[in-house]
Amino acid sequence: MSESNDHHEMSYWRKYIFSQDHKVIGLQYAFTAMFFLIFGFSLMLIMRWQLAYPGEAVPLIGWLLGETNAPGGIILPEFYNSLGAMHGTIMIFLGIVPLAVGAFGNYIVPLQIGAPDMAFPKLNMASYWSYFVGGVVMLSSFFVPGGAANSGWTSYPPLADIATTGQTMWLFGMIFLITSSLLGAVNFIVTIIQLRAPGLTWMRLPFFVWAQLVTAFLLLLAFPPLEAAGVLQLMDRLAGTSFFLPSGLVISGELLEVSGGGSPLLWQHLFWFLAHPEVYVLILPAMGIVAEVIATNTRKPLWGYRPMVYSTIFLGFMSFVVWAHHMYMTGMGTVISAFFQTTTMIISIPSVVILSALFISLWGGSIRFTTPMLFALGFLPMFGIGGLTGLPLGLAAADIHLHDTYYVIGHFHYIVAPGTIFAMFAGIYHWFPKVTGRRLNETLGKIHFWGSFVCMNGIFFPMLIQGLAGVSRRLWDGGEQYAHAQGTLWANEVMSISAWALFVFQIPFLINLIRSIRGGEKVGDNPWNATTLEWTAPSPPPHGNFSATPQVYRTAYEYSLPDRDSDFLPQSEPGEGS
Amino acid sequence: MEMIPYTVEIREDTGVNNAKLGIWLFLASEVMLFGGMFSAYIFLRLGAVSWPEGSSLLSVPIATFNTLVLIGSSVTMVLSWVALVENNFAKYRRYLGLTILLALLFLVVKGFEYNEKFSHDLYPATSTFLAIYFTLTGLHALHIIGGVIVNSYFWGPGSKMWSSDPQRFTNRIEVAGLYWHFVDLVWIFLFPVLYLM
Repeated sequence: MSESNDHHEMSYWRKYIFSQDHKVIGLQYAFTAMFFLIFGFSLMLIMRWQLAYPGEAVPLIGWLLGETNAPGGIILPEFYNSLGAMHGTIMIFLGIVPLAVGAFGNYIVPLQIGAPDMAFPKLNMASYWSYFVGGVVMLSSFFVPGGAANSGWTSYPPLADIATTGQTMWLFGMIFLITSSLLGAVNFIVTIIQLRAPGLTWMRLPFFVWAQLVTAFLLLLAFPPLEAAGVLQLMDRLAGTSFFLPSGLVISGELLEVSGGGSPLLWQHLFWFLAHPEVYVLILPAMGIVAEVIATNTRKPLWGYRPMVYSTIFLGFMSFVVWAHHMYMTGMGTVISAFFQTTTMIISIPSVVILSALFISLWGGSIRFTTPMLFALGFLPMFGIGGLTGLPLGLAAADIHLHDTYYVIGHFHYIVAPGTIFAMFAGIYHWFPKVTGRRLNETLGKIHFWGSFVCMNGIFFPMLIQGLAGVSRRLWDGGEQYAHAQGTLWANEVMSISAWALFVFQIPFLINLIRSIRGGEKVGDNPWNATTLEWTAPSPPPHGNFSATPQVYRTAYEYSLPDRDSDFLPQSEPGEGS
Repeated sequence: MEMIPYTVEIREDTGVNNAKLGIWLFLASEVMLFGGMFSAYIFLRLGAVSWPEGSSLLSVPIATFNTLVLIGSSVTMVLSWVALVENNFAKYRRYLGLTILLALLFLVVKGFEYNEKFSHDLYPATSTFLAIYFTLTGLHALHIIGGVIVNSYFWGPGSKMWSSDPQRFTNRIEVAGLYWHFVDLVWIFLFPVLYLM
């Protein structure tokens, strides 16, 4: 791995395709993840047609969906289920996590800690290509008989055990993705612990690095049980075992011929043991990005840096003991429910601490309303709504009514879409000048922000209303044939139009992104006057990042110090300071 | 800037080099993988109406023999690393070669054991006990195969590093050894859980 820093000319393939440079790998992750985000979003745009106008042929692109999926352009229920399962899978495992961790983590973490690269560049490359293969397997599953996986992104058995071939592809794809995140997690933790520049002590780390460190631990320890569960489900599907199949299971009036004795609940336990920490994998890097953007654009230190760090670590630990709050309806018993209710209420405290600290950080700042700051400011209330709507779901009594309704969808989308995705946008606008040496256009950025902000709420707020009315999240017809859903059917069209409009508002972003790579306004190495180490490297940073190992003298956010001419004091500038 | 720091030398404030920390983290995730499997075993066994005595279906003597083989391979693995520390490359190759042969012997014995089950029409699909038996031992065997591949590389082409960077090569064997001991340790848990309890 020492050879990764040699400066001799590398072939195109070594430099851009099988690169071991953390920045190239970060960009590979970024482009692949953005492709999957758009792809996963498109699946939802098709579903929203069916929900708003059930049973009507999909216009324009209906013929593309195939006669077996949508005869005459009318979406079949099985295909609708595939779209739903794959939307969830793609957005989480192929879109947001690779963007938040693979792209931002890879590109920014080594720069922020003053390292020449990741600790294991070859593993880093292997991690990306494992992700890539996982993505290809997931995409190709659309073309096998029976279509892609259609048992929900949670793949609950017994349904998933007896589902079509797509489910097997899903499991193989997941094993590649889990391998990828395992390699990445080891690499991130070693990099952060070992490669910090001299003087960069733990409490001087930028908050973003802390968020990535805890995230990496979650990926490292929470994913393997899902891998175990995936192996067991593969055995059920391919070797005929009955890990998740109880005795006496009847399908279409016929007794299933298996040895039986398995338990569907076992899958849920193993799955949610991963998938709850996964929620924090989705949100912690987002909080890290927002913290960086807020400190830079308020021109003052983060309020409560230490409590934020301690909360993040506590959040990491607690996220391993809340998983069964997804399972109140399984009849696991009131004692266990009470335990998980308690832990769930406890875990909300550190999230509130972090969010409050970010809000208070705004107080008294001289705020620059740049595009990244707008997205960061948008993140705060949106994540707030997402968090608060989660509380009723964490209490077993309220959850009985709300479970499996659109309320749940609204709740977690508020966290992940206008929450995490807004933070990703903030990060893209914030670090784009570092990656390219050019700034993204502010006018297009503001159109992108305000359009997305309004549309996101237009999609997800009506979901909360529908869910409180009891509309199930899995209905192919959007609730048309259910009496209790009639009062909220109007919302389907509102949500669908908002979703399509949201897609339209991503066009200025894509144009901005592509145009600014070559045509954006040229800026210096530190266009935002920020303090952390990545801004002392050239833009774009060369192979090896820094010309000399930086020395760190102070904490991460020394803004607006009294008695100084400039309002920021970089971490690596010698002189007084804490 | 110079190459990545702490690939060979130890970082003072953390007390490890990168590879050592990396392998411990990897092993932590392996603990969670097998931990998930063992949890599944406990969960299924607690919920089962009846659960067969392991020794009624499986051969304890063969498994005892295999346990000794694996423990022996752990010892030779340590000795191969010690040989490198003592600067004795020929001895290193002898002991690592022996480690690989013992691992292969384990796999051959395991193969006979599987075949024996199949010939009596005992398959993973036969019962939950056999399902978890085949899954756990199969996953463990995959880890053995992985170890054989890594060790063979260090025995053959990978050992060129000994002449260019002996310190780093010795570290690599230590790291490979940590993995190998972990795989042995998993078997030490598997053996009583599946065969004796």
